[in-house]
Amino acid sequence: MALTLEDIHRIAYLARIEIDAGAAAEVHAKLTAIFSMINELQAVDTTGIVPMSHAQDVALAMREDRVSEGDQHALYQSVAPAVEDGLYLVPRVIE
Amino acid sequence: METVADLAAALRARKLSSVELTEQTLTRIEAAQQALNAFITVDRDGALAAARAADAAIARGDAPPLAGIPIAHKDVLMTAGLRTTCGSRMLDNFTAPYDAHVVQGLKAAGTVLVGKTNMDEFAMGSSNETSWYGPVRNPWDTRYVPGGSSGGSAASVAARLVPAATGTDTGGSIRQPAALSGVCGLKPTYGICSRYGLIAFASSLDTPGPFARTAEDCALLLNAMAGHDARDSTSIDRPKEDYARKLRQAGGARPLEGLRIGLPREYFGDGVAPDVMSAMETVIADLRKLGATTVDVTLPAVKYSVPVYYVIAPAEASSNLSRFDGVRYGHRATQYRDLTDMYCKTRAEGFGAEVKRRILVGTYVLSHGYYDAYYLKAQQVRRLIADDFQRAFAQCEIILGPTAPTAAFELGAKTDDPVQMYLNDIFTIAGNLTGTPAISIPGGLSHQGLPIGLQLQANYFEEARLLEVAHRFQQATDWHRRAPAFAT
Repeated sequence: MALTLEDIHRIAYLARIEIDAGAAAEVHAKLTAIFSMINELQAVDTTGIVPMSHAQDVALAMREDRVSEGDQHALYQSVAPAVEDGLYLVPRVIE
Repeated sequence: METVADLAAALRARKLSSVELTEQTLTRIEAAQQALNAFITVDRDGALAAARAADAAIARGDAPPLAGIPIAHKDVLMTAGLRTTCGSRMLDNFTAPYDAHVVQGLKAAGTVLVGKTNMDEFAMGSSNETSWYGPVRNPWDTRYVPGGSSGGSAASVAARLVPAATGTDTGGSIRQPAALSGVCGLKPTYGICSRYGLIAFASSLDTPGPFARTAEDCALLLNAMAGHDARDSTSIDRPKEDYARKLRQAGGARPLEGLRIGLPREYFGDGVAPDVMSAMETVIADLRKLGATTVDVTLPAVKYSVPVYYVIAPAEASSNLSRFDGVRYGHRATQYRDLTDMYCKTRAEGFGAEVKRRILVGTYVLSHGYYDAYYLKAQQVRRLIADDFQRAFAQCEIILGPTAPTAAFELGAKTDDPVQMYLNDIFTIAGNLTGTPAISIPGGLSHQGLPIGLQLQANYFEEARLLEVAHRFQQATDWHRRAPAFAT
Protein backbone atom coordinates (compact mmCIF):
# COMPACT_ATOMS: atom_id res chain seq x y z
CA MET A 1 0.00 0.00 0.00
CA ALA A 2 2.69 2.48 -1.05
CA LEU A 3 1.51 6.05 -0.96
CA THR A 4 1.96 7.93 -4.25
CA LEU A 5 2.33 11.64 -4.90
CA GLU A 6 -1.03 11.41 -6.63
CA ASP A 7 -2.55 10.04 -3.38
CA ILE A 8 -1.20 13.10 -1.53
CA HIS A 9 -2.99 15.46 -3.91
CA ARG A 10 -6.17 13.38 -3.73
CA ILE A 11 -6.34 13.26 0.08
CA ALA A 12 -5.34 16.93 0.36
CA TYR A 13 -8.33 17.78 -1.80
CA LEU A 14 -10.59 15.46 0.24
CA ALA A 15 -9.33 17.24 3.38
CA ARG A 16 -9.74 20.65 1.69
CA ILE A 17 -6.14 21.67 2.34
CA GLU A 18 -4.30 23.38 -0.49
CA ILE A 19 -0.82 21.96 -1.00
CA ASP A 20 1.40 23.46 -3.68
CA ALA A 21 3.54 21.27 -5.91
CA GLY A 22 6.74 22.15 -4.04
CA ALA A 23 5.41 21.17 -0.62
CA ALA A 24 3.77 17.95 -1.85
CA ALA A 25 7.09 16.11 -2.20
CA GLU A 26 8.03 16.80 1.44
CA VAL A 27 4.56 15.84 2.67
CA HIS A 28 4.84 12.66 0.62
CA ALA A 29 8.20 11.76 2.20
CA LYS A 30 6.96 12.37 5.77
CA LEU A 31 3.68 10.51 5.26
CA THR A 32 5.55 7.59 3.71
CA ALA A 33 7.68 7.32 6.88
CA ILE A 34 4.57 7.53 9.07
CA PHE A 35 2.79 4.81 7.07
CA SER A 36 5.78 2.50 7.19
CA MET A 37 5.48 2.70 11.00
CA ILE A 38 1.68 2.25 10.86
CA ASN A 39 2.05 -0.77 8.55
CA GLU A 40 3.60 -2.74 11.43
CA LEU A 41 -0.03 -3.41 12.39
CA GLN A 42 -0.52 -5.63 9.37
CA ALA A 43 1.62 -8.29 11.12
CA VAL A 44 -0.85 -8.66 14.00
CA ASP A 45 -3.35 -11.51 13.83
CA THR A 46 -6.70 -9.93 14.67
CA THR A 47 -8.96 -12.74 13.49
CA GLY A 48 -12.21 -12.64 15.45
CA ILE A 49 -11.20 -9.61 17.58
CA VAL A 50 -14.08 -7.21 18.20
CA PRO A 51 -12.99 -3.65 17.31
CA MET A 52 -12.73 -1.27 20.30
CA SER A 53 -14.13 2.14 19.44
CA HIS A 54 -14.25 3.56 22.94
CA ALA A 55 -12.68 3.13 26.36
CA GLN A 56 -16.00 2.45 28.02
CA ASP A 57 -18.43 0.00 26.53
CA VAL A 58 -21.47 2.10 27.36
CA ALA A 59 -24.43 2.95 25.22
CA LEU A 60 -24.88 6.55 24.19
CA ALA A 61 -26.66 8.41 26.98
CA MET A 62 -30.14 9.70 26.24
CA ARG A 63 -31.48 12.90 27.69
CA GLU A 64 -34.84 14.52 27.84
CA ASP A 65 -35.83 16.40 24.69
CA ARG A 66 -36.37 19.90 26.01
CA VAL A 67 -35.14 23.41 25.30
CA SER A 68 -32.13 24.00 27.54
CA GLU A 69 -30.36 26.87 25.79
CA GLY A 70 -31.69 30.32 25.00
CA ASP A 71 -31.11 32.08 21.70
CA GLN A 72 -27.42 32.98 21.61
CA HIS A 73 -26.90 33.41 17.88
CA ALA A 74 -25.59 36.96 18.26
CA LEU A 75 -22.93 35.79 20.74
CA TYR A 76 -21.95 32.80 18.65
CA GLN A 77 -21.85 34.81 15.43
CA SER A 78 -19.76 37.54 17.03
CA VAL A 79 -16.66 35.41 16.29
CA ALA A 80 -17.60 34.62 12.68
CA PRO A 81 -15.54 36.02 9.75
CA ALA A 82 -18.61 37.40 7.93
CA VAL A 83 -22.29 37.58 8.93
CA GLU A 84 -25.30 39.55 7.76
CA ASP A 85 -28.84 39.53 9.19
CA GLY A 86 -28.01 36.54 11.36
CA LEU A 87 -26.65 34.51 8.42
CA TYR A 88 -23.10 33.33 7.76
CA LEU A 89 -21.76 34.78 4.52
CA VAL A 90 -19.84 32.55 2.09
CA PRO A 91 -18.83 33.04 -1.55
CA ARG A 92 -21.69 32.64 -4.02
CA VAL A 93 -22.21 28.97 -4.95
CA ILE A 94 -25.14 29.32 -7.41
CA GLU A 95 -24.78 31.82 -10.24
CA MET B 1 5.81 29.07 45.79
CA GLU B 2 3.91 26.68 48.03
CA THR B 3 1.59 23.83 47.09
CA VAL B 4 -2.14 24.25 46.51
CA ALA B 5 -2.85 22.58 49.88
CA ASP B 6 -0.45 24.96 51.72
CA LEU B 7 -1.75 28.04 49.91
CA ALA B 8 -5.40 27.11 50.57
CA ALA B 9 -4.60 26.81 54.29
CA ALA B 10 -2.71 30.14 54.33
CA LEU B 11 -5.54 31.92 52.51
CA ARG B 12 -8.14 30.49 54.87
CA ALA B 13 -6.05 31.52 57.91
CA ARG B 14 -5.82 35.02 56.35
CA LYS B 15 -2.01 34.91 56.44
CA LEU B 16 -2.14 35.93 52.80
CA SER B 17 -4.81 37.42 50.57
CA SER B 18 -5.68 36.09 47.16
CA VAL B 19 -5.09 39.56 45.70
CA GLU B 20 -1.51 39.52 47.06
CA LEU B 21 -0.95 35.98 45.83
CA THR B 22 -2.43 36.75 42.42
CA GLU B 23 -0.31 39.92 42.06
CA GLN B 24 2.83 37.88 42.87
CA THR B 25 1.75 35.23 40.37
CA LEU B 26 1.15 37.75 37.59
CA THR B 27 4.52 39.38 38.26
CA ARG B 28 6.30 36.02 38.04
CA ILE B 29 4.49 35.09 34.82
CA GLU B 30 5.45 38.40 33.20
CA ALA B 31 9.08 38.08 34.34
CA ALA B 32 9.38 34.53 32.93
CA GLN B 33 7.52 35.05 29.66
CA GLN B 34 10.47 36.01 27.49
CA ALA B 35 12.59 33.06 28.66
CA LEU B 36 9.89 30.36 28.73
CA ASN B 37 7.02 31.53 26.47
CA ALA B 38 4.70 29.46 28.68
CA PHE B 39 1.62 31.69 28.25
CA ILE B 40 -0.41 32.73 25.21
CA THR B 41 -2.82 35.01 27.08
CA VAL B 42 -2.61 36.57 30.56
CA ASP B 43 -5.83 37.95 32.05
CA ARG B 44 -4.63 40.42 34.69
CA ASP B 45 -7.93 42.24 35.18
CA GLY B 46 -10.04 39.08 35.27
CA ALA B 47 -7.62 37.43 37.69
CA LEU B 48 -7.59 40.35 40.10
CA ALA B 49 -11.39 40.60 40.03
CA ALA B 50 -11.67 36.86 40.81
CA ALA B 51 -9.06 37.24 43.57
CA ARG B 52 -11.05 40.07 45.19
CA ALA B 53 -14.19 37.91 45.06
CA ALA B 54 -12.28 35.01 46.65
CA ASP B 55 -10.98 37.24 49.43
CA ALA B 56 -14.53 38.45 50.10
CA ALA B 57 -15.84 34.85 50.25
CA ILE B 58 -13.05 33.87 52.65
CA ALA B 59 -13.88 36.88 54.85
CA ARG B 60 -17.56 35.89 54.85
CA GLY B 61 -16.68 32.31 55.75
CA ASP B 62 -18.46 30.71 52.81
CA ALA B 63 -15.50 30.16 50.51
CA PRO B 64 -15.31 27.04 48.33
CA PRO B 65 -12.33 24.67 48.84
CA LEU B 66 -9.85 26.20 46.38
CA ALA B 67 -10.88 29.83 46.93
CA GLY B 68 -8.20 32.28 45.85
CA ILE B 69 -5.76 29.76 44.32
CA PRO B 70 -4.29 31.07 41.05
CA ILE B 71 -4.31 28.55 38.21
CA ALA B 72 -3.78 28.51 34.45
CA HIS B 73 -5.71 26.63 31.79
CA LYS B 74 -4.28 24.99 28.71
CA ASP B 75 -5.40 27.06 25.75
CA VAL B 76 -7.44 24.16 24.32
CA LEU B 77 -10.07 24.64 27.06
CA MET B 78 -12.75 27.20 26.34
CA THR B 79 -12.88 30.14 28.75
CA ALA B 80 -15.89 32.43 28.33
CA GLY B 81 -14.94 35.89 27.12
CA LEU B 82 -11.24 35.02 26.96
CA ARG B 83 -9.18 34.26 23.86
CA THR B 84 -8.83 30.50 23.25
CA THR B 85 -6.37 29.73 20.46
CA CYS B 86 -5.42 26.02 20.64
CA GLY B 87 -1.92 27.26 19.82
CA SER B 88 -3.09 27.77 16.24
CA ARG B 89 -3.22 30.61 13.77
CA MET B 90 -6.65 29.19 12.90
CA LEU B 91 -8.04 30.41 16.24
CA ASP B 92 -5.76 33.40 16.83
CA ASN B 93 -8.78 35.72 16.86
CA PHE B 94 -11.20 33.38 18.66
CA THR B 95 -12.88 34.39 21.90
CA ALA B 96 -14.67 31.47 23.54
CA PRO B 97 -18.42 32.07 24.02
CA TYR B 98 -18.68 29.69 26.99
CA ASP B 99 -16.63 27.82 29.62
CA ALA B 100 -15.53 24.20 29.37
CA HIS B 101 -17.05 21.93 32.03
CA VAL B 102 -13.72 21.56 33.85
CA VAL B 103 -13.21 25.33 33.71
CA GLN B 104 -16.65 25.78 35.30
CA GLY B 105 -15.79 23.24 37.98
CA LEU B 106 -12.53 24.92 38.92
CA LYS B 107 -14.23 28.33 38.88
CA ALA B 108 -16.96 27.03 41.21
CA ALA B 109 -14.23 25.68 43.50
CA GLY B 110 -12.94 29.25 43.83
CA THR B 111 -9.76 29.17 41.72
CA VAL B 112 -8.47 32.35 40.13
CA LEU B 113 -7.77 32.01 36.39
CA VAL B 114 -4.59 33.98 35.57
CA GLY B 115 -4.17 32.98 31.93
CA LYS B 116 -4.01 30.45 29.13
CA THR B 117 -0.93 28.34 28.57
CA ASN B 118 0.97 27.68 25.36
CA MET B 119 0.63 24.26 23.74
CA ASP B 120 1.36 22.26 20.61
CA GLU B 121 -1.07 23.28 17.89
CA PHE B 122 -4.42 21.53 18.50
CA ALA B 123 -2.56 19.39 21.09
CA MET B 124 -0.61 17.61 18.34
CA GLY B 125 2.99 17.31 19.44
CA SER B 126 5.33 15.98 22.11
CA SER B 127 7.69 18.95 22.48
CA ASN B 128 5.55 22.10 22.34
CA GLU B 129 7.36 23.11 19.16
CA THR B 130 4.30 23.08 16.86
CA SER B 131 2.63 26.11 18.50
CA TRP B 132 1.86 29.08 16.24
CA TYR B 133 3.07 31.19 19.19
CA GLY B 134 6.53 29.64 19.23
CA PRO B 135 7.99 26.88 21.41
CA VAL B 136 7.83 26.73 25.19
CA ARG B 137 11.21 26.24 26.84
CA ASN B 138 12.03 23.90 29.71
CA PRO B 139 12.69 25.86 32.92
CA TRP B 140 15.35 23.30 33.95
CA ASP B 141 17.41 24.26 30.90
CA THR B 142 15.94 26.58 28.28
CA ARG B 143 17.83 24.81 25.47
CA TYR B 144 15.52 21.84 26.06
CA VAL B 145 11.85 21.18 25.30
CA PRO B 146 9.32 21.00 28.17
CA GLY B 147 7.45 18.12 26.51
CA GLY B 148 4.05 18.43 24.91
CA SER B 149 1.42 19.00 24.06
CA SER B 150 0.58 20.69 27.41
CA GLY B 151 4.09 22.20 27.55
CA GLY B 152 3.05 25.63 28.81
CA SER B 153 1.11 24.20 31.74
CA ALA B 154 3.98 21.86 32.70
CA ALA B 155 6.63 24.58 32.40
CA SER B 156 4.58 27.12 34.36
CA VAL B 157 4.10 24.70 37.29
CA ALA B 158 7.78 23.62 37.11
CA ALA B 159 8.99 27.25 37.15
CA ARG B 160 6.70 27.93 40.12
CA LEU B 161 4.75 30.55 38.14
CA VAL B 162 1.46 28.95 39.22
CA PRO B 163 0.83 26.24 41.82
CA ALA B 164 -1.37 24.24 39.44
CA ALA B 165 -2.67 24.18 35.88
CA THR B 166 -4.91 22.12 33.63
CA GLY B 167 -3.92 20.06 30.63
CA THR B 168 -5.40 17.55 28.25
CA ASP B 169 -4.01 14.11 27.46
CA THR B 170 -4.78 12.34 24.18
CA GLY B 171 -1.61 10.23 23.86
CA GLY B 172 0.46 11.46 26.81
CA SER B 173 0.04 15.23 26.56
CA ILE B 174 -0.24 15.66 30.34
CA ARG B 175 2.09 12.90 31.55
CA GLN B 176 4.99 13.34 29.11
CA PRO B 177 5.43 17.11 29.70
CA ALA B 178 4.97 16.51 33.44
CA ALA B 179 7.85 14.03 33.23
CA LEU B 180 10.13 16.22 31.13
CA SER B 181 9.43 19.31 33.26
CA GLY B 182 9.62 17.61 36.68
CA VAL B 183 6.04 18.04 37.94
CA CYS B 184 3.01 15.81 38.58
CA GLY B 185 0.43 15.27 35.86
CA LEU B 186 -2.67 13.09 36.11
CA LYS B 187 -4.66 11.59 33.25
CA PRO B 188 -7.88 10.35 34.85
CA THR B 189 -10.08 7.52 33.61
CA TYR B 190 -11.70 8.45 30.30
CA GLY B 191 -15.18 9.78 31.07
CA ILE B 192 -14.44 11.07 34.60
CA CYS B 193 -13.86 14.65 33.40
CA SER B 194 -16.24 16.02 30.79
CA ARG B 195 -14.88 16.98 27.38
CA TYR B 196 -17.52 19.73 27.00
CA GLY B 197 -15.68 22.87 25.91
CA LEU B 198 -12.43 21.02 25.28
CA ILE B 199 -11.72 21.74 21.61
CA ALA B 200 -11.72 18.23 20.18
CA PHE B 201 -8.63 16.49 18.80
CA ALA B 202 -9.45 12.75 19.13
CA SER B 203 -12.78 12.34 20.89
CA SER B 204 -12.34 8.72 22.01
CA LEU B 205 -8.99 9.57 23.67
CA ASP B 206 -9.07 13.26 24.82
CA THR B 207 -8.96 13.52 28.63
CA PRO B 208 -8.66 16.68 30.73
CA GLY B 209 -6.55 16.50 33.89
CA PRO B 210 -4.47 18.50 36.37
CA PHE B 211 -0.81 19.50 36.72
CA ALA B 212 0.59 20.31 40.16
CA ARG B 213 3.67 19.85 42.30
CA THR B 214 2.25 17.01 44.40
CA ALA B 215 -0.13 14.08 44.02
CA GLU B 216 -2.16 15.59 46.85
CA ASP B 217 -2.69 18.78 44.85
CA CYS B 218 -3.69 16.71 41.80
CA ALA B 219 -6.36 15.06 43.97
CA LEU B 220 -7.66 18.46 45.12
CA LEU B 221 -7.90 19.68 41.54
CA LEU B 222 -9.49 16.47 40.29
CA ASN B 223 -12.19 16.88 42.95
CA ALA B 224 -13.17 20.13 41.24
CA MET B 225 -12.79 18.85 37.65
CA ALA B 226 -14.54 15.47 37.78
CA GLY B 227 -18.26 14.88 37.68
CA HIS B 228 -21.05 13.86 35.35
CA ASP B 229 -22.00 16.25 32.58
CA ALA B 230 -25.01 15.57 30.35
CA ARG B 231 -23.45 17.77 27.63
CA ASP B 232 -20.74 15.15 26.97
CA SER B 233 -22.34 11.88 25.82
CA THR B 234 -19.27 9.94 27.01
CA SER B 235 -19.28 11.47 30.52
CA ILE B 236 -19.78 8.71 33.08
CA ASP B 237 -22.59 9.03 35.59
CA ARG B 238 -21.11 7.78 38.88
CA PRO B 239 -21.51 8.93 42.48
CA LYS B 240 -19.28 11.89 43.36
CA GLU B 241 -16.11 10.80 45.17
CA ASP B 242 -13.38 12.53 47.17
CA TYR B 243 -10.15 11.63 45.38
CA ALA B 244 -8.06 12.80 48.35
CA ARG B 245 -9.80 10.59 50.91
CA LYS B 246 -7.10 7.89 51.06
CA LEU B 247 -4.38 10.53 51.37
CA ARG B 248 -5.80 11.74 54.66
CA GLN B 249 -5.50 8.35 56.33
CA ALA B 250 -2.47 7.85 58.57
CA GLY B 251 0.27 6.09 56.63
CA GLY B 252 2.55 4.47 59.20
CA ALA B 253 6.08 3.24 58.50
CA ARG B 254 5.01 0.81 55.76
CA PRO B 255 1.98 2.55 54.24
CA LEU B 256 2.07 0.47 51.04
CA GLU B 257 1.95 -2.91 52.80
CA GLY B 258 -0.10 -5.28 50.68
CA LEU B 259 0.33 -3.28 47.46
CA ARG B 260 1.39 -5.33 44.44
CA ILE B 261 3.16 -3.35 41.74
CA GLY B 262 3.41 -4.84 38.26
CA LEU B 263 6.61 -4.31 36.29
CA PRO B 264 5.93 -4.89 32.57
CA ARG B 265 9.06 -6.12 30.84
CA GLU B 266 8.04 -4.03 27.79
CA TYR B 267 8.59 -0.84 29.84
CA PHE B 268 12.19 -1.69 30.64
CA GLY B 269 13.49 -2.59 27.19
CA ASP B 270 16.21 -1.44 24.80
CA GLY B 271 14.92 2.05 24.01
CA VAL B 272 15.04 3.23 27.62
CA ALA B 273 18.03 5.47 28.48
CA PRO B 274 20.43 4.09 31.13
CA ASP B 275 19.84 7.02 33.52
CA VAL B 276 16.06 6.51 33.25
CA MET B 277 16.53 2.79 33.93
CA SER B 278 18.65 3.41 37.04
CA ALA B 279 16.17 6.03 38.31
CA MET B 280 13.42 3.40 38.03
CA GLU B 281 15.52 0.90 40.02
CA THR B 282 15.90 3.44 42.85
CA VAL B 283 12.17 4.23 42.78
CA ILE B 284 11.27 0.53 42.96
CA ALA B 285 13.61 0.04 45.93
CA ASP B 286 12.00 3.02 47.69
CA LEU B 287 8.51 1.62 47.11
CA ARG B 288 9.57 -1.77 48.46
CA LYS B 289 10.79 -0.04 51.64
CA LEU B 290 7.26 1.36 52.00
CA GLY B 291 5.85 -2.19 51.98
CA ALA B 292 5.03 -2.73 48.31
CA THR B 293 5.91 -5.97 46.54
CA THR B 294 6.60 -6.28 42.83
CA VAL B 295 5.48 -8.81 40.27
CA ASP B 296 6.63 -9.22 36.66
CA VAL B 297 3.80 -8.71 34.19
CA THR B 298 3.68 -8.60 30.43
CA LEU B 299 1.87 -6.33 27.98
CA PRO B 300 2.84 -7.88 24.64
CA ALA B 301 0.55 -5.77 22.42
CA VAL B 302 1.77 -2.46 23.88
CA LYS B 303 4.52 -2.35 21.27
CA TYR B 304 1.79 -1.64 18.72
CA SER B 305 0.34 1.28 20.66
CA VAL B 306 2.16 3.96 18.63
CA PRO B 307 0.97 2.68 15.21
CA VAL B 308 -2.55 2.09 16.59
CA TYR B 309 -2.61 5.63 17.94
CA TYR B 310 -1.35 7.13 14.67
CA VAL B 311 -4.33 5.60 12.88
CA ILE B 312 -7.08 6.28 15.43
CA ALA B 313 -6.08 9.78 16.59
CA PRO B 314 -5.53 11.26 13.09
CA ALA B 315 -8.76 9.58 11.87
CA GLU B 316 -10.74 11.25 14.63
CA ALA B 317 -8.82 14.52 14.17
CA SER B 318 -9.52 14.65 10.43
CA SER B 319 -13.21 14.51 11.25
CA ASN B 320 -13.13 16.89 14.24
CA LEU B 321 -10.96 19.51 12.55
CA SER B 322 -13.23 19.66 9.49
CA ARG B 323 -15.20 22.27 11.46
CA PHE B 324 -12.43 24.81 10.85
CA ASP B 325 -13.56 26.00 7.45
CA GLY B 326 -13.44 29.78 7.72
CA VAL B 327 -17.23 30.10 7.94
CA ARG B 328 -18.35 30.13 11.57
CA TYR B 329 -15.21 31.08 13.51
CA GLY B 330 -11.49 31.47 13.23
CA HIS B 331 -9.26 32.37 10.32
CA ARG B 332 -10.56 32.93 6.80
CA ALA B 333 -8.24 33.41 3.81
CA THR B 334 -8.49 36.82 2.16
CA GLN B 335 -7.90 35.71 -1.46
CA TYR B 336 -9.94 32.89 -3.04
CA ARG B 337 -11.83 32.03 -6.23
CA ASP B 338 -14.90 30.26 -4.87
CA LEU B 339 -16.24 28.40 -1.84
CA THR B 340 -14.05 25.28 -2.24
CA ASP B 341 -10.99 27.44 -2.82
CA MET B 342 -11.87 29.42 0.32
CA TYR B 343 -11.93 26.21 2.38
CA CYS B 344 -8.65 24.96 0.88
CA LYS B 345 -6.76 28.25 1.33
CA THR B 346 -8.22 28.95 4.78
CA ARG B 347 -7.08 25.54 6.03
CA ALA B 348 -3.70 25.77 4.26
CA GLU B 349 -3.02 29.12 5.98
CA GLY B 350 -4.66 28.39 9.33
CA PHE B 351 -3.09 25.01 10.14
CA GLY B 352 0.60 24.30 10.72
CA ALA B 353 2.59 21.46 9.16
CA GLU B 354 2.05 18.83 11.88
CA VAL B 355 -1.71 19.41 12.05
CA LYS B 356 -1.94 19.14 8.26
CA ARG B 357 0.07 15.91 8.29
CA ARG B 358 -2.26 14.33 10.83
CA ILE B 359 -5.39 15.46 8.99
CA LEU B 360 -3.99 13.93 5.79
CA VAL B 361 -3.10 10.65 7.54
CA GLY B 362 -6.60 10.54 9.03
CA THR B 363 -8.28 11.36 5.73
CA TYR B 364 -6.31 8.59 4.01
CA VAL B 365 -7.04 5.86 6.57
CA LEU B 366 -10.75 6.66 6.45
CA SER B 367 -10.90 6.93 2.66
CA HIS B 368 -12.64 4.43 0.39
CA GLY B 369 -10.91 1.07 0.25
CA TYR B 370 -8.59 1.63 3.21
CA TYR B 371 -10.97 1.69 6.19
CA ASP B 372 -10.71 -2.05 6.99
CA ALA B 373 -6.94 -2.22 6.50
CA TYR B 374 -6.21 0.70 8.77
CA TYR B 375 -9.00 1.98 10.99
CA LEU B 376 -10.74 -1.31 11.73
CA LYS B 377 -7.39 -3.07 12.17
CA ALA B 378 -6.23 -0.38 14.62
CA GLN B 379 -9.45 -0.70 16.63
CA GLN B 380 -8.90 -4.46 16.86
CA VAL B 381 -5.33 -4.07 18.08
CA ARG B 382 -6.61 -1.44 20.53
CA ARG B 383 -8.78 -4.21 22.00
CA LEU B 384 -5.72 -6.50 22.31
CA ILE B 385 -3.87 -3.77 24.23
CA ALA B 386 -6.84 -3.22 26.57
CA ASP B 387 -7.05 -7.01 27.15
CA ASP B 388 -3.33 -7.08 28.05
CA PHE B 389 -3.93 -4.45 30.74
CA GLN B 390 -6.88 -6.34 32.21
CA ARG B 391 -4.77 -9.51 32.46
CA ALA B 392 -1.99 -7.50 34.15
CA PHE B 393 -4.38 -5.80 36.58
CA ALA B 394 -5.53 -9.25 37.69
CA GLN B 395 -2.00 -9.70 39.05
CA CYS B 396 -1.32 -6.23 40.48
CA GLU B 397 -2.99 -2.96 41.48
CA ILE B 398 -0.44 -0.57 40.01
CA ILE B 399 1.69 -0.81 36.87
CA LEU B 400 4.98 1.06 37.08
CA GLY B 401 7.48 2.25 34.51
CA PRO B 402 9.14 5.32 33.07
CA THR B 403 6.78 7.95 31.62
CA ALA B 404 9.11 8.55 28.67
CA PRO B 405 12.17 6.63 27.45
CA THR B 406 14.50 9.61 27.98
CA ALA B 407 14.67 12.93 29.83
CA ALA B 408 13.99 16.12 27.83
CA PHE B 409 15.68 16.54 24.44
CA GLU B 410 16.98 19.74 22.88
CA LEU B 411 14.74 22.05 20.88
CA GLY B 412 14.89 21.12 17.20
CA ALA B 413 16.30 17.64 17.87
CA LYS B 414 13.29 15.76 16.49
CA THR B 415 11.33 18.33 14.48
CA ASP B 416 12.41 16.92 11.10
CA ASP B 417 11.53 13.34 11.97
CA PRO B 418 7.87 12.93 12.98
CA VAL B 419 8.21 9.20 13.68
CA GLN B 420 11.06 9.77 16.19
CA MET B 421 8.93 12.45 17.85
CA TYR B 422 5.94 10.07 18.05
CA LEU B 423 8.02 7.34 19.71
CA ASN B 424 8.48 9.62 22.72
CA ASP B 425 4.93 8.71 23.71
CA ILE B 426 5.52 4.95 23.58
CA PHE B 427 4.74 4.42 27.30
CA THR B 428 1.88 6.91 27.62
CA ILE B 429 -0.33 6.13 24.59
CA ALA B 430 -1.62 2.79 25.90
CA GLY B 431 -3.31 4.56 28.84
CA ASN B 432 -5.37 6.57 26.35
CA LEU B 433 -6.21 3.59 24.16
CA THR B 434 -7.47 1.65 27.19
CA GLY B 435 -8.95 4.70 28.98
CA THR B 436 -7.35 3.73 32.29
CA PRO B 437 -5.92 6.36 34.68
CA ALA B 438 -2.22 7.15 35.00
CA ILE B 439 -0.05 9.71 36.73
CA SER B 440 3.47 10.93 36.05
CA ILE B 441 5.43 12.13 39.07
CA PRO B 442 9.07 13.20 39.42
CA GLY B 443 11.22 10.09 39.94
CA GLY B 444 14.83 11.15 39.52
CA LEU B 445 17.27 13.30 37.59
CA SER B 446 19.19 12.47 34.40
CA HIS B 447 22.96 12.61 34.08
CA GLN B 448 22.46 16.17 32.84
CA GLY B 449 20.33 17.09 35.85
CA LEU B 450 17.02 17.05 33.94
CA PRO B 451 13.86 15.51 35.46
CA ILE B 452 12.91 11.88 34.91
CA GLY B 453 9.23 10.94 35.16
CA LEU B 454 7.80 7.89 36.90
CA GLN B 455 4.48 6.65 35.51
CA LEU B 456 2.01 4.80 37.73
CA GLN B 457 -1.04 3.26 36.07
CA ALA B 458 -4.15 1.80 37.66
CA ASN B 459 -7.38 0.15 36.55
CA TYR B 460 -10.55 2.07 35.65
CA PHE B 461 -11.84 4.46 38.37
CA GLU B 462 -8.92 3.68 40.74
CA GLU B 463 -7.73 7.30 40.88
CA ALA B 464 -7.99 7.49 44.67
CA ARG B 465 -5.66 4.49 45.11
CA LEU B 466 -3.32 5.72 42.34
CA LEU B 467 -3.04 9.13 44.01
CA GLU B 468 -2.52 7.51 47.41
CA VAL B 469 0.44 5.44 46.13
CA ALA B 470 1.98 8.55 44.53
CA HIS B 471 1.39 10.51 47.75
CA ARG B 472 3.04 7.86 49.97
CA PHE B 473 6.03 7.84 47.64
CA GLN B 474 6.22 11.64 47.85
CA GLN B 475 5.98 11.58 51.66
CA ALA B 476 9.09 9.37 51.72
CA THR B 477 11.14 10.99 48.91
CA ASP B 478 11.92 14.50 47.75
CA TRP B 479 12.10 14.40 43.93
CA HIS B 480 8.91 16.46 43.75
CA ARG B 481 10.51 19.19 45.88
CA ARG B 482 13.41 19.67 43.46
CA ALA B 483 12.92 22.86 41.50
CA PRO B 484 14.85 24.27 38.57
CA ALA B 485 17.27 27.12 39.36
CA PHE B 486 14.95 29.22 37.20
CA ALA B 487 12.26 29.03 39.90
CA THR B 488 14.38 30.53 42.67
